[in-house]
Amino acid sequence: MAFKEIDLNMGPQHPSTHGVLRLKLAVDNEVVLRVEPVVGYLHRGMEKLWENLTYTQVVPLTDRLDYIASLSNNLGYVLAVEKLAGIEVPRRARYIRVVLAELQRLASHLAWLGFMANDIGAMSVLLYGFEARETILDVFEEYCGARLTIHGIRIGGVPHDLDGALVARIRKVLDGIPARLADIRALLDENRIWKGRTVGVGTITASAAIEYGLTGPPLRASGVRWDLRKDLPYSSYDEFDFEVPLGRNGDVYDRYLIRLEEICQSIRIVRQALDGLPEGETSVKVPRVLKVAPSEVFHTIEAPKGVLGFYIKSNGTDKPERVKMKSPSFINLQSLEHMCKGNLFSDVVGILGSLDIVLGEIDK
Amino acid sequence: MSDSPEKHPFLLTRADMFITWAQKNSLWPFGSGLACCAIEMIATAAARFDIARFGMELFRASPRQADLFIVAGTVTNKMAPVIRRLWDQMPDPKWALAMGNCAIGGGPFPTYSVLQGVDKIIPVDVYVAGCPPTPQGLIHGLMTLQEKISRSHPTKEILNPDARTSR
Amino acid sequence: MPELAADRPDFRQALEALTGRFPGAVLSSGVEKGESAVRLRKDDLEAVLRFLKDELGFNVLEDIIVLDNVRTAAEGGKRFSVLYQLYRHPGASRIRLVVDVGDNEGLASAVPVYRSADWAEREAFDMFGVRFEGHPGLRRIYLPDDFEGYPLRKDFPLEGRDGGV
Repeated sequence: MAFKEIDLNMGPQHPSTHGVLRLKLAVDNEVVLRVEPVVGYLHRGMEKLWENLTYTQVVPLTDRLDYIASLSNNLGYVLAVEKLAGIEVPRRARYIRVVLAELQRLASHLAWLGFMANDIGAMSVLLYGFEARETILDVFEEYCGARLTIHGIRIGGVPHDLDGALVARIRKVLDGIPARLADIRALLDENRIWKGRTVGVGTITASAAIEYGLTGPPLRASGVRWDLRKDLPYSSYDEFDFEVPLGRNGDVYDRYLIRLEEICQSIRIVRQALDGLPEGETSVKVPRVLKVAPSEVFHTIEAPKGVLGFYIKSNGTDKPERVKMKSPSFINLQSLEHMCKGNLFSDVVGILGSLDIVLGEIDK
Repeated sequence: MSDSPEKHPFLLTRADMFITWAQKNSLWPFGSGLACCAIEMIATAAARFDIARFGMELFRASPRQADLFIVAGTVTNKMAPVIRRLWDQMPDPKWALAMGNCAIGGGPFPTYSVLQGVDKIIPVDVYVAGCPPTPQGLIHGLMTLQEKISRSHPTKEILNPDARTSR
Repeated sequence: MPELAADRPDFRQALEALTGRFPGAVLSSGVEKGESAVRLRKDDLEAVLRFLKDELGFNVLEDIIVLDNVRTAAEGGKRFSVLYQLYRHPGASRIRLVVDVGDNEGLASAVPVYRSADWAEREAFDMFGVRFEGHPGLRRIYLPDDFEGYPLRKDFPLEGRDGGV
């Protein structure tokens, strides 16, 4: 009796699946043959719910999609609505949105770093990463009262202004992050165990990545220069100077390095935005009941997890006819099998971590 | 003891106090992190809010090693049988804490796929409201649970298993 | 907004190439809010997708969106419109294909052309019941397999039908 192939079930309750994800693995001793993700354990029926709410009421629910980077979801949806309704947002508001979105990217990447390192076994990095993240969440809490599901970007602009005290606080937070990042890098970058578990693991080539529709840091780690903040700029991103870090090998280690570099670039963008914050209003007046003439748009932004898109169809009433969200994690997860094939099954956790998925976004 | 336990109330109360003191100060959470609330739960366990000072830093991945089921996030109809099975796998004594509006009553999702409250499938001891509750809110809920535990009488259940309420 | 400029000049080129290669396939076309859309004949879908990908460089399928036209379907139109959002990288330009499908009609699967269509089509099937012929494993993705009904159809109630668990 020769046993070659074993079926393993991972999840939906599992500490390293980043949520309620079920992975059906087929392994040959320890080598992964097939991976089939089963999703839907967090399907909340958001798109159906949105058809029953007004455009403004949908905004706080978008927070619950990618709950680690809620402001990005707010921004993606709100920009699509503004394109649909022809609302022009003042320049100061656009700069404040950039500040908020990039701070959110920082918080999201720090959380990712903590989770991925914890999954691989470096538990202290989780605590360091979350401590740095807390400084940013404090800024959000002071800005609009919420830490996680922030609803800090609204249709027409932003709800509050950045006064001198808050700007000074943000600068202080930005000054503190590189030191914490240096601590983490000292622990991980040249660490033999970390490199042994990440270098050459979960590789995907550039052409395969585009074939699978991969976007965001995993795509850039394979060497594809695709960043919507540069290619199709929105919200005044074209007025800032920043680089798009690219990887070479497309493995887990490269994805790790890319996101660390993105943290540095985000700090750079926020500093530029704060230095050049223009005068003006923080919002235009939008009717309380916003009715939009029949039309449709598809708008995308570069969220921390990848390209986030919203398709909205309006029908003349105050409620959208259809809202469809293009979720970056949903598409990125499809390439998991390709990346895991041939690797050890203990690498599945590291590869999954490097993809940086959020189930709220996958399952809607 | 040959006489019935009720004849030694002083000893039993002391035993109760000792047992509940031990239980409430070393709860091992089974973090069923389902959605957004899970992130705040992890933030509570992290260095700033430090759930370890309550003895609860040991989040177990397996329900068989845990005694506090923190349902953090939305329970969907697809996930509900899994939650029930996990609850059943936890050994007694066990407690459940519904964290967040979704676990309490479906939250902002009155839809076709969301279970409107985890108390429909498991008995909940403490409800912590919020969307998500801040770490301070979760800690307040945990302290409320500790108070509830300290008011319970484990010796009654040990000495008289027939009186145990089924959970 | 730069996106407007990106869509228009490429679109005219793409449209001419399309109508040249597939006469009669394009039922209508237009640019609205800076976005180009082409309404296609259902049977030409797979060939057009292949053409757009291999020869015009639209190498990414960003999303598949289904619309339920239950109101217009009553007047004789098709029940569903399936939208394909294609993107070209590098080049940063988009094109939207629209195909109308009736309630019990099948539609050619895009998976042989774009791998990322796999889960997007499963989602469309799960939520609307649109059947994609040639899909490697068409089944529900979000809802349990024994779920009855297609939730995003306009005639399905928000709270569901059977009271859940």
